[in-house]
Order: sequence, then structure tokens, then C-alpha cells
Amino acid sequence: MGKLLASLASGIVFGIGMAVSGMTSTARVQGFLDFFGAWDPTLAFVMGGGLLVTTIGYRFVLRKPAPLFAGSFSLPTKTDIDKPLLIGAAIFGIGWGLVGYCPGPALAGLTYGYAPTLAFIPAMIVGLLLAHKITAKT
Amino acid sequence: MHPFLLAAIGGGLVGVAAVMMMALNGRIAGVSGILAGIFTQAAGERPWRLLFVLGIVLGGGLPPLLNADFKAPLPGAGVLLAVIGGLLVGFGTGLGSGCTSGHGICGIARFSKRSLLATLTFMTAGVITVAILRLTTGS
Repeated sequence: MGKLLASLASGIVFGIGMAVSGMTSTARVQGFLDFFGAWDPTLAFVMGGGLLVTTIGYRFVLRKPAPLFAGSFSLPTKTDIDKPLLIGAAIFGIGWGLVGYCPGPALAGLTYGYAPTLAFIPAMIVGLLLAHKITAKT
Repeated sequence: MHPFLLAAIGGGLVGVAAVMMMALNGRIAGVSGILAGIFTQAAGERPWRLLFVLGIVLGGGLPPLLNADFKAPLPGAGVLLAVIGGLLVGFGTGLGSGCTSGHGICGIARFSKRSLLATLTFMTAGVITVAILRLTTGS
């Protein structure tokens, strides 16, 4: 029960953060990526605020023997720089630049009810499942 | 309030959410991975993932409800471009094991070399894509 409530609470805080920060605005995201045009630095502050809190917070949290509602920390174990990582990130960046949505902001903007957002999310899930199919085979 | 300040506060809240997720459940708050797991993981792994995603949807909906000055931003892309972009974002984050939150925030905060390189890669690809978009559409 604690684990489920913690997930919901964390998700709500995350979603509020997305909306407040301006990340749900595709124009603002594309403006941030528009290095060679009218560059909008706003999202650098989102990243800065997020990294500041997370880097300091993780330092304290990861010193503990275990999280509150689970037996151990589930941290990624891969350390090698492989092709799927870089090719995947590049493909993601192309989609991100084309539309201005990454996964979090698209979900946070779902209740605004705009057709492109409603179309983006199922397409993104299909893409995730396709990638899962491919990586599960290899 | 100045957009830079709102951005930093919003980013800070994302950080708080990421720290909560780690302190309470021992998990990386990576949206793409958590979302994919709803469909690909064993049944017992699904509820917490679903609730996290539901939380993001609900949390994102709160500011427009609580503050009349908050205008829900309209996406710039049309439906077709949104579908293409959605496929690319989903496939790319699935293949690359993470997105802006998992790699860009949580991964870099753990000083992961993989996440740092992934973040530099998707940022560069995004910058090039927007530059091409601006050149070809003139917008």
C-alpha cells in the first residue's frame, strides 16, 4: 500500500513540476532546442533545478541500506556505452525536436485534451513496445 | 513570476519527485521505462507503474485548475506529426533505455556515464532536428 501511494504521490509532484516549469509547452521545448535561431534558455533552468535537487537528494537517500517500501534499491546496472543507447537516444531526440514532447510532459499535458497530445501518447506507447520487441530478441 | 524562476521551481519539483521515488520505492523516476513496464512487466510490477503515470497525468492537470492565469499550452504539431513524433520518442527511449527524466535527471544525478552520453546525444539530435525544421518550414 505504501509503495503504491508513494508512486502516486511522486507522480503527482512530477506532473505539477512539468506543468509549472513550462515543459508541457512544445513551443518552449522547441525554442530551447533552437540553438541556431531564437534560443529560449528557460528549460536549462528546469534541468538545473531538477539536477540540483536530485543530485543532493540521491546522495543522502542512497547512503541508506534500503528504501522505505522496498527491500533494496533498483538501480540500473549497465555501464557500457553500446549502440542501442546512442541510436535510441538519437531517434528519441529527432522525435523530441519534431514535436517538442518527451514522455513526461506529454503525459502531464494529457488532461488539456488537445488532439495532438492525445495522438502522441498512444503512438509513443506503440514505439516503446516495438523497441521492447526488438531488444527482447537480441 | 518570471519564466526562469517558474522553470527552476518546476524542475525542483521534478527533482523532489525523483528523490521521493528513490527514498520510498528505490526506483529511478524514468517516465519512459515506467510507462513501458505497465505493458511489458509481470503483473505485480504493474500497479505502482500505473499509479506513477496516473499521478503525472493528474499532477499536470492541477495547475490550470488551481490558477486561472495558467494557460494550458497548445501543441504546435498537428495530429499526423504528433503520431510520427510519438513513435520516434517511444521507440528511441525504449531502445536507449530512458528519456529526459531517467537519463537527463536521475542518471546524471547518479553520475552515470551512459546517461550523460544519452542526454548529450538526444539534445544534439533535437537541436539538429529543430534547425532542419526551421530551415525547411521557415517557421
